[in-house]
Amino acid sequence: MWSILSILVENKPGILFKITHLFRSRNFNIDSISVGITENPDYSRMTITTYGDQHQVEQIVKQLDKMIDTLDVQLLDEHKTVFRELSIFKIKLSNANDSMKINELANAYGGKVHDVKKESIMVELTATPDQIKAFEELAKPFGILDVARTGVAALQRSGA
Amino acid sequence: MNKMNKKLDTMTGAKALMTAMEKEGVKQVFGLPGGANLPMYDEFARCDIRHILVRHEQSAAHMADGFGRVSRKPGVCFATSGPGATNILTGLATAQADSAPMVAVTGQVPVNMIGRDAFQESDILGMANPAIKYAYQPRTAAEVPDAVKKGFYIAETGRPGPVLIDIPKDVQINEAEMDFPDEFRIPGYHPWTDPDVVAVKKAIEMLLHAEKPVILAGGGTIISSAFAELQAVAETLMLPVVTTFKGKGAFPETHPLSLGPIGMHGHAEANRVMAEADCVLAIGTRFSDRSVGTFEEFEKRLKIIHMDVDPAEIGKNQTTQVAVVGDVRASLRIMVKLLLQQAVKKTEETPWIKHVKETKAYWKENLKLHPGEMGAAKILRKLRELLPKESVITTEVGQHQMWASLFYDVIQPGTFFSSTGLGTMGWGFPAAIGAKVARPDVPVVDIAGDGSFSMTENSLATAVLEDIPVIVFLLNNFTLGMVAQWQRTFYDRRMIGVDQGKCPDYVKLAQSYGAQGIRAQSMDELDKAIKDGLSSDVATVIDIPIDPEEDVLPFVAPGTSLSDMILPS
Repeated sequence: MWSILSILVENKPGILFKITHLFRSRNFNIDSISVGITENPDYSRMTITTYGDQHQVEQIVKQLDKMIDTLDVQLLDEHKTVFRELSIFKIKLSNANDSMKINELANAYGGKVHDVKKESIMVELTATPDQIKAFEELAKPFGILDVARTGVAALQRSGA
Repeated sequence: MNKMNKKLDTMTGAKALMTAMEKEGVKQVFGLPGGANLPMYDEFARCDIRHILVRHEQSAAHMADGFGRVSRKPGVCFATSGPGATNILTGLATAQADSAPMVAVTGQVPVNMIGRDAFQESDILGMANPAIKYAYQPRTAAEVPDAVKKGFYIAETGRPGPVLIDIPKDVQINEAEMDFPDEFRIPGYHPWTDPDVVAVKKAIEMLLHAEKPVILAGGGTIISSAFAELQAVAETLMLPVVTTFKGKGAFPETHPLSLGPIGMHGHAEANRVMAEADCVLAIGTRFSDRSVGTFEEFEKRLKIIHMDVDPAEIGKNQTTQVAVVGDVRASLRIMVKLLLQQAVKKTEETPWIKHVKETKAYWKENLKLHPGEMGAAKILRKLRELLPKESVITTEVGQHQMWASLFYDVIQPGTFFSSTGLGTMGWGFPAAIGAKVARPDVPVVDIAGDGSFSMTENSLATAVLEDIPVIVFLLNNFTLGMVAQWQRTFYDRRMIGVDQGKCPDYVKLAQSYGAQGIRAQSMDELDKAIKDGLSSDVATVIDIPIDPEEDVLPFVAPGTSLSDMILPS
């Protein structure tokens, strides 16, 4: 089960270490992680995606909740949540019209093109992990030179 | 409180540490000085807190742990930076595994040296993180009082545990205006939950409708002193009581409803009854593998009602039907009250209780014991016979520990302590010293084995020099006995790395420290030795040579269920 955890923590040094340590010591894997300060500078929000069966995910939520540095831990329902990830692809240009094709592909996914060079092009794409995966599959034939991804950021929809 | 109205004193961080600890009621610190904690040591010259010197920092942590478990207030240990700090790690992990309240204060290199691999620098916050409940590292002197106040609060509330306060040397030396807060907020910490009355009602219903109900009391029952409440529930509902090993003595083991600990080396009658039960009221336990055998087998037959202060324990190892989160004493109080209101009082002996009593009687009669004069059962029953019921027992880790579990009956609840979670050899003796400091009025006995005792035997120096007369009751088989037993059982008697020889001579060892050393080779000698130990003003080591071939039985092999006990043949 792919799960999105939203964790509100005190904005203090060492908290990220403790959270990731908890995952490691309980034998859970972190699929992606993103951290940013909230509107209140005393707090940060971490968004962690992980895989595990229901029992494992329930356990990690409880263990996170128990941590003194966490203020709120939510297991987000992806159907009631806005979640996005920023990714940057560097893609090889081999043929004359590759640039145009990649431009079209990027547009179809709402991406932006940067740094167009003779041999490569960069695409910035903010989307769900599934959409990023789909884009990646379509870009593969061109030759992906490098990818950087931020991990998911997520917030529950109002009233959900 | 308005900060402006308070008169603030200017003092050093070290002085603030001691002042804050005095406000917490700290009377003594177990520790060992070094370069990075000298400023706080200097404050012992100017305050009423007693310093108890150890010969190794691990023992200081175990002493603080023993003090904390017995007094239910955090014991305090001091260590210097670097190796001093790393030496307490085992002590921290032990306290964490057994939920013991402790505050460890370490010196650290000065703030501007942190991260430069300075002399005797260790990243103790990083290393200790998984072994503690929480840590503070004040970076300015003014932060010290707050760290101490919150540290003590966290250590002793909810599910207790060790807290580390790591203080850089310059923070100890620097002066600041000190505000000692009476009130404070830790936004992410909610140690107590009010137990859900509806859940308790459900639990009662379930117990009333069960055919073969049983109580499983864990260590949490002892931590929250829920002795009277447990006994009231057991007697009102006529429930047999088994315990985990950590819960040993949560319920008087001389009580007719008591069956003793379950588990790998549980009592035969307890394991049998647990294996037959259909519903369990589990109180303050994490269902450790050592207690339940296999998780799957355990929950297959059972309806589980789980009371625990720690919500993360619910469903961790066992699927529960009813969960009551909150201090177990509070939860049991609600249960007692509801039972009174509903005027429930079972008096009639059910077929189940009859069966339980027969099972108990059978095993009391038929468990085969070592035939020799100095068999473990006889030795421990002699100790029980001569010790006042309020005596405090600690144990080391190994065969002797399990024999203590099998053959030493706890009469007064909450007087038996052991390193049950981490299984730390060398814990019992320093913990006994800490326990004796907490309860100087009662005899304190460390039931020991030679392998375990030799790990922290240099605490004899502390016991003698600081006048802390505990008794080390040493079942000496000249062997790492539990490992030897496994090698006999599972490795075809290939005995590797277990022979300790007759080295050292524990009588002479004790005497060389200025303690009393007595060898007891017969029951008469043992009788006299125990009496001599009890009347002694100095610490006593009673060296009792035993048969190295004696096994601890019954034995539930790892990964098997409680019904598959290996019994003495």
